[in-house]
Amino acid sequence: MTANPKRWTYDDFEVGMVLDLGSMTVDAGEIVEFAKQFDPQPMHLDRKAGETSVLGGLSAAGFHVGAMMMRLMCDGFLLDSTSQGAPGLDFLHWRKPVLAGDTITLRMTVKAKRESKSRPNLGLVTLGQQLSNQHGEQVCDMQSTVMFLKRNGSQ
Amino acid sequence: MTFEEKLALGRTVELGSHTFTTEEIKAFAHKYDPQPFHVSEEDARKSVLGGLCASGWHTAAMWMRHHVLARPAAEERIRAAGGTPIVFGPARGLDSLEWLSPVYAGDTITFRQTPLSYKAIPGRPGWYMLQSRCEAINQDEKVVMRFMASVMVREG
Repeated sequence: MTANPKRWTYDDFEVGMVLDLGSMTVDAGEIVEFAKQFDPQPMHLDRKAGETSVLGGLSAAGFHVGAMMMRLMCDGFLLDSTSQGAPGLDFLHWRKPVLAGDTITLRMTVKAKRESKSRPNLGLVTLGQQLSNQHGEQVCDMQSTVMFLKRNGSQ
Repeated sequence: MTFEEKLALGRTVELGSHTFTTEEIKAFAHKYDPQPFHVSEEDARKSVLGGLCASGWHTAAMWMRHHVLARPAAEERIRAAGGTPIVFGPARGLDSLEWLSPVYAGDTITFRQTPLSYKAIPGRPGWYMLQSRCEAINQDEKVVMRFMASVMVREG
């Protein structure tokens, strides 16, 4: 059996490990584009409506924030991993609005890991995600469990 | 009509359906979740998922679309009964989200919501946190995704 060439396999995660997954600046046009497709509410579609809402500006849809976190995870480590998908999220909590022009940064902490009982080539890793903005405020917390092949585990 | 009656606790509402196409699955994935099994049929066939399937975030976002589009009908039902519709505030988050089965290209997914409970929010007079069970079901009646959502609501 050949060892998997990907950087991140189940074997490479250690509980307590912290990874900085990078940043992105949130574009107003993308906020509106996502909202038109998936969350057509005024505070996500229109700058004026956003400014007069409790969110205080044109704000990204909650699932847009989740999708952007997913993109940061992909570019930060997941695309160079043996990920086989995620069975779910323990939680996703929106703490503050993500506004057009904000720069968001994702940090990940490995919370737990265990081998799959039904598939000996796989393990499950629980990952905590903390998203912060350019003011250092926590805007979103998430915890998910992702399946990874082991270093010597084939598909 | 009481606030509790307007919330319709325990009543499951069908929000609508959507058929996921190969093109939109790939377009969403290229932008937000470009893992091989969401962008390549061949890689997907070789993966645990067994075929090209939508990003879980795509399925969740599509639930949200149907929830928002179903609101006017819900408001109309309250008005028809002589009430003033409740007001939705920001969502606080979701808990225990499970992607139970892949959503494959060509699958038709129906979205449902069941409001379950509400409680006062300390320090926010008039506002309540409403908890709902949210589900997505495929054409074979299989639940493919479910989660609990928490959103702020108040009397209209």
